[in-house]
Amino acid sequence: MKMSDSISSDEVKHVANLARLRLTSEELEIFTEQLGAVLDHAKDVEALKLDDVEPMSHPLPIENTMREDIPSPMLKPSDFLSEAPVVEGGRFLVPKILGEES
Amino acid sequence: MSGMVPEQYQSASEIAELVATGEVSAIEILERYLNQIQEYEKDVHAFNLVTINEARAVAQETDKLIARGVTIGPLAGVPVAIKDNLCTKGITTTASSKILESWKPPYDATVVKKLKEAGATIVGKTNLDEFAMGSSTENSAFGPTRNPHDISCVPGGSSGGSAAAVAAGFVPIAIGSDTGGSIRQPAALCGVVGVKPTYGGVSRYGLLAFASSLDQVGPFATSVKDAAIVHEVIGGYDPLDSTSIKQAPESFLDMFDKGINELKVGVISELMGGIDGVTHEVIEQTNKAVSALSNAGAIVEEVSLPAALYCLSAYYLIAPAEASSNLSRYDGVRYGLRVEGANLNEMNVNTRTEGFGDEVKRRIMLGTYALSAGYYDAYYGKALKVRRLLAENFADLYKDYDVLLSPTSPCTAFKLGAKVNDPMMMYVNDVCTIPSNLVGHPAISIPFGSGKDGMPIGVQILAPPMKEPVMYQVAHALEKASQ
Amino acid sequence: MNQVIFKDNWELIVGLEVHVELATQTKLFCGCLNQFGNEPNTNVCPVCLGLPGSLPVVNQKAVYFAMRLGRALHCSVNRSVFARKNYFYPDMPKDYQITQYDLPTNLEGYLELPSGKTIGIERAHIEEDTGKTTHIGTSGRISGADYSLVDYNRAGIPLIEIVSKPEIRTIEQAKSYVSELRSIILALEISDAKMEEGSIRVDANVSVREVGENNLRTRCEIKNVNSLKSLGRAINYEANRHISLYGNGESPRQETRHWDESAGRTRTGRSKEDAEDYRYFTEPDLVPLNPSEETITKIDQEMPELPSKRRKDLANLTGAKSSDVALLVERNHDAFIFDVIEGGGVPEQVVKHMVNNLSAGLGELSTEAFAQLTQMENKSEITSTQAKKILGELVKSGGTPAELATELGFEAIGTKEIENLVDQLINDHSDEWERFCLGDSKVQGFFVGQVMKSTSGQADGKVINQILNERSIDNK
Ligand SMILES: [Mg+2]
Ligand SMILES: [Zn+2]
Repeated sequence: MKMSDSISSDEVKHVANLARLRLTSEELEIFTEQLGAVLDHAKDVEALKLDDVEPMSHPLPIENTMREDIPSPMLKPSDFLSEAPVVEGGRFLVPKILGEES
Repeated sequence: MSGMVPEQYQSASEIAELVATGEVSAIEILERYLNQIQEYEKDVHAFNLVTINEARAVAQETDKLIARGVTIGPLAGVPVAIKDNLCTKGITTTASSKILESWKPPYDATVVKKLKEAGATIVGKTNLDEFAMGSSTENSAFGPTRNPHDISCVPGGSSGGSAAAVAAGFVPIAIGSDTGGSIRQPAALCGVVGVKPTYGGVSRYGLLAFASSLDQVGPFATSVKDAAIVHEVIGGYDPLDSTSIKQAPESFLDMFDKGINELKVGVISELMGGIDGVTHEVIEQTNKAVSALSNAGAIVEEVSLPAALYCLSAYYLIAPAEASSNLSRYDGVRYGLRVEGANLNEMNVNTRTEGFGDEVKRRIMLGTYALSAGYYDAYYGKALKVRRLLAENFADLYKDYDVLLSPTSPCTAFKLGAKVNDPMMMYVNDVCTIPSNLVGHPAISIPFGSGKDGMPIGVQILAPPMKEPVMYQVAHALEKASQ
Repeated sequence: MNQVIFKDNWELIVGLEVHVELATQTKLFCGCLNQFGNEPNTNVCPVCLGLPGSLPVVNQKAVYFAMRLGRALHCSVNRSVFARKNYFYPDMPKDYQITQYDLPTNLEGYLELPSGKTIGIERAHIEEDTGKTTHIGTSGRISGADYSLVDYNRAGIPLIEIVSKPEIRTIEQAKSYVSELRSIILALEISDAKMEEGSIRVDANVSVREVGENNLRTRCEIKNVNSLKSLGRAINYEANRHISLYGNGESPRQETRHWDESAGRTRTGRSKEDAEDYRYFTEPDLVPLNPSEETITKIDQEMPELPSKRRKDLANLTGAKSSDVALLVERNHDAFIFDVIEGGGVPEQVVKHMVNNLSAGLGELSTEAFAQLTQMENKSEITSTQAKKILGELVKSGGTPAELATELGFEAIGTKEIENLVDQLINDHSDEWERFCLGDSKVQGFFVGQVMKSTSGQADGKVINQILNERSIDNK
């Protein structure tokens, strides 16, 4: 299959990074090709002149759906902590966070 | 029942009546269906989990209540299967993903709650393409589901497990979700009825989000009437879903038997050969449906929906964009899989790399790309505008037509493995169903004959938002004509 | 340090982003309690834990509070749309934050400082708070921590983020901006506004430029400032860091920095090379907010009097200097002062006592008693020292100043009596009187002392001086 010019493997690497995914070099090649094919197809949309069309991010025209400021039942820690990978003292444990300070 | 696809299905409404009047017990009904599951599930793999014990307890409880004279809801004793991307309290909910392999939600989805309140017996969780991303149910971390009509074929997807379960007579009713055709396409491929309700008509609370502005929960059934009954049960305003419609829907069954004399039906020409990919036999069969409707008194005309040409592209930008954000939360911190790493970032990466399958990764990356700075306007922004154009196209047509008609799926069920390595080829399966999702309109797929291979073909009726009554009215007429 | 900036001809440019936790009963998108100090992970539900399948529904009260603040800051209140800000961080249960992006609720307003300067407000939008991450390890800081623990009780608490324009030019203005914003928030009763407890959090965007320059230079965003004092120190540190970088021919790079209070310096924060791409898009799980004209009119009608208006009114009534006026309004004593003055209180004396002697509260003091007291003092029926004593009693146990004066033996020495005493002294001490009239001020103390002596200190010194001056003019 021919390589598309819609997306480069560096760009795929970049989005994988943003999405917290790691790709092997083989996967990188395959995904680049597959995403390229989809984006090539999307070129028809990219080419449309739609300057005076309002974007539609939502199918419904409804507005102002809100709830009253009234408490509702909460979960017991035992309802969800048992599902957590690692817990300490009622809190979720995560490995050390790098790159925050220097 | 006999054979993998029963000669005749028993309707849910009939079951509910028999159970409610005490003529047949709920447990007896349940055991009959469990037998069918016992017999054929190993070939079909419709379920990720069959909750035999819980189902038996519910059926027995139903029988006790009936014996005490308590009135049960419209689904008394009706076995129902739930797509495994809907939360069931205390029952494993996986979205067919390794990343949620053993997650037990602490709450029920609103639709699950409503089904229970209506007296249904939930028998298990059905297989799907991982996080509902796919059109063949091959993208499941737990193995593919097979089409009961021919187990070398796919059932369609992503709600392939639910469609196959109904087709195989494992349950009279199953619940699915439809983001780009994930109820209607497998319904067509499995020869059952499948409905995508108006966006906001059925609560999404407790549905594991794929693309939030497109997702809708809906029923599979063996008849249009059953589908309408279940749709009424699961539908209606839910204060837990901000996108839920407050206005109460009109009864879906009032107009049901009124016939379709003088109703105006538009046949979407773009989906009848205008766009490549729709097979000749599907078009031929759809034309037979058109004749049937016209014989029943409807005025049927060919119409054009020009923006349909761009729907596939728009959909495969919008849905992945929303998905990329919706699936961020699977990070190994609060629930589901964690694959340890030396630091937080490594843990996140290890977990997601190991936990997600290829199709999910593809869509996450595609969506991340479509939303990222520099590409937003060219891709995502443009796709949202196409959506507006499409809505305007539909609005214009609905000035003159009560409903629209098209094929549901461009082809009959294909062989397992035939398209799984070519995403674009797979995506084309949604070409007829996507328009309704983009604009939030309701649509239904009704079985209408079969192809040369003997595999079922479905016809789709599309209606304006909240106009399910007329959609069911036409679908019912078509159903009668097909028998 | 301020002087360093001026001496070297550098101008300070500050814009502030203030996050305010709203005092609603429940969280922004779910019915969990908005409460501080509970056991970890007890105020949570599927929504604020970001469990799969859960959906947000907006708290009406939080929206009302946000619009209320918007109007108080003279903003336009608009149709607004929620957006998702995507980035991975474990204190965000969904790994995106629901906030507002290109269509925020409040746009383009201003805040008037007590000094009279106005600072432009760019926007004030609604967003959800994150959970709380505690870093466990020897250093106590994030770097060098062995691991971290996350509590989601705070996740989803409603916030308003108020973004100022970069129009703040001094550290004093920055502090004054925050304290004025705080007063407004308290007057609106939308937050308890405690900076130390984190219910107000301030990020400062700091840059410098040479005086006369028009363009803005690279700014750094300083986080983790949790008192007005550290805000001042942090801005000062950062501005000087920039100045010395420019001095060395270098320049700062745009980044987030954290204020380290104990070290008295800022440190570079997360280097967000790729995290900068937040991939904002419309939150599909929520619908737009579109307040009707009636809603906005109602908010305006329900608007309490705000500090700036109250300061103006108090200044007009009392003629007090602006720092006193600001202080009294901040103490919420202006309404009381209005009542006292309306009841005949003497403005000058009222303000004097309110500022100096009533900072601890008004206790049992009634407006009538206070008004009478200032009149007695003004008529020199009692001295200011005596007035202060009586005031103390009034605060402690109420009563009327006249009775208290009698009880305490403060029967005032009338002006007539003092005049007689002064005239007697002039007669008896003509030499000293001559020197006084020639301008020898040393003898003034002699006369005053004599009068005090013969009245056991109950005469008003001011009155004595006044009489002495009158007599010396007569003498010329
Ligand atoms: Mg913010
Ligand atoms: Zn909550």
